[in-house]
Amino acid sequence: MASFGNAFSSSIGKKLIMGITGLFLILFLIVHCFINALIFVNDGGLTFNIGAHFMATNWLIRASEVILMAGLLLHIIQGLRLTFQNQAARPEKYAVYDGKANSKWYSRSMGLLGTLLLIFLIVHLSNFWVVSRFTGIPTEDANGHEDLFAVMKETFQNVWLVVLYVLAMGSLLYHLLHGFASAFQTLGWNHKKYSPLIKALGVWYSIIIAVVFAAMPIAMYAGFIN
Amino acid sequence: MSTGNMNLTLKVWRQKNNKAKGNLVDYKMSEISPDMSFLEMFDVLNEQLINKGEEPIVFDHDCREGICGACSMYINGRPHGPKEGITTCQLHMRSFQDGDTIVVEPWRAKAFPVIKDLAVDRTAFDRIIAAGGFISVNTGNAQDANALPIPKFQADSAFEAAACIGCGACVATCKNASAMLFTSAKISQLAQLPQGQPERYRRVQSMVAQMDAEGFGNCTNTGACEAECPKGISLENIARMNRDFYSAKFVSEEEV
Repeated sequence: MASFGNAFSSSIGKKLIMGITGLFLILFLIVHCFINALIFVNDGGLTFNIGAHFMATNWLIRASEVILMAGLLLHIIQGLRLTFQNQAARPEKYAVYDGKANSKWYSRSMGLLGTLLLIFLIVHLSNFWVVSRFTGIPTEDANGHEDLFAVMKETFQNVWLVVLYVLAMGSLLYHLLHGFASAFQTLGWNHKKYSPLIKALGVWYSIIIAVVFAAMPIAMYAGFIN
Repeated sequence: MSTGNMNLTLKVWRQKNNKAKGNLVDYKMSEISPDMSFLEMFDVLNEQLINKGEEPIVFDHDCREGICGACSMYINGRPHGPKEGITTCQLHMRSFQDGDTIVVEPWRAKAFPVIKDLAVDRTAFDRIIAAGGFISVNTGNAQDANALPIPKFQADSAFEAAACIGCGACVATCKNASAMLFTSAKISQLAQLPQGQPERYRRVQSMVAQMDAEGFGNCTNTGACEAECPKGISLENIARMNRDFYSAKFVSEEEV
């Protein structure tokens, strides 16, 4: 019987796992960013809470959430393994290594940027995800929905959390700047007609996602949103 | 023999053998001609060392015209030095300033162990080729020209991949010491021609497996290899290798 053999344990297969899970997380970020941007409607969180309620109760979303968490874990574990394996591939380091002559610093720092994002994610998930899915949201809004907006407002009164969130979005920006186009290259989608488009799309995607997310804690701390 | 006016400080990696611990040793060079090649400067240095009764520096070199892929010096943090699209033998001292300090190290990768000083063992590349970087055909009379029609675009693309001289600069500069650019070039030069088709999917699987077995790192698409390659081998080749690998693993029913 024919089998897939070592397809996923080979160096190309490991890249493929990073690329597919990465693209999946890129898709997730679009949804996450759109729902959260509903706070900018500035109606005391009513619209945002409708979105949050839908995300928390729709069975299809909840099922996707399991896949999302599995994909995220796979991306993290595989990324850390690859980082250590790749460091081991050069046991003796160069005395002089001029990396900036041939590549971007963030392309060479995906392991570091990813680790910073992992630290952020632990804080972020305990701030909101654990509260909304497990420990429960204490208050309800005028529509009778769980008031996740209130939890958000309270969290972002802490200036250190705001700083952490904004810095983390900096890491996300550079992680995406490399990751977006890199995932397509890994899938083999290097094409003279499409690659310039993918690269430009990746830059715009990274900037928009990082800026919109970073604007949320800042706007809430500064009191622009009530 | 020196007739120039450049004074330089070289910091060169000296390592007795594969087991010994190496270190950077300082050498003061004077009256270096700016028209010398980098390797000729090393010839001058070695002559001085021999006259002093010291061990000359071991370094790889052969054709000295940029087509053999033997020379392999990591100069001031870059493979083949500061210029683009050339090998170390094509680098001239006029690319440096009088009074410069130049650090020269061997290629560094687990899969490229140091033999002595600046010479490293690159037979891992030979083993990747031996794993499938060929076409199995009966030898005989040369075929008529154009017996197999190949579009110019395709022939050019295959030829660009075939320009790889296997020097290992891609591995040396990659932060992961990955050999993907080399392996993908050797796969692409055959994958784009009709003669390479019968063994196309078998080839990509065995060459990638051998590359992994040699202990090279994994590619993270930094693009450093493409930027430093003296022959301008493109990342398109890595994407093509990835596509062929997926076809082989997920589409082809052939067992390897």
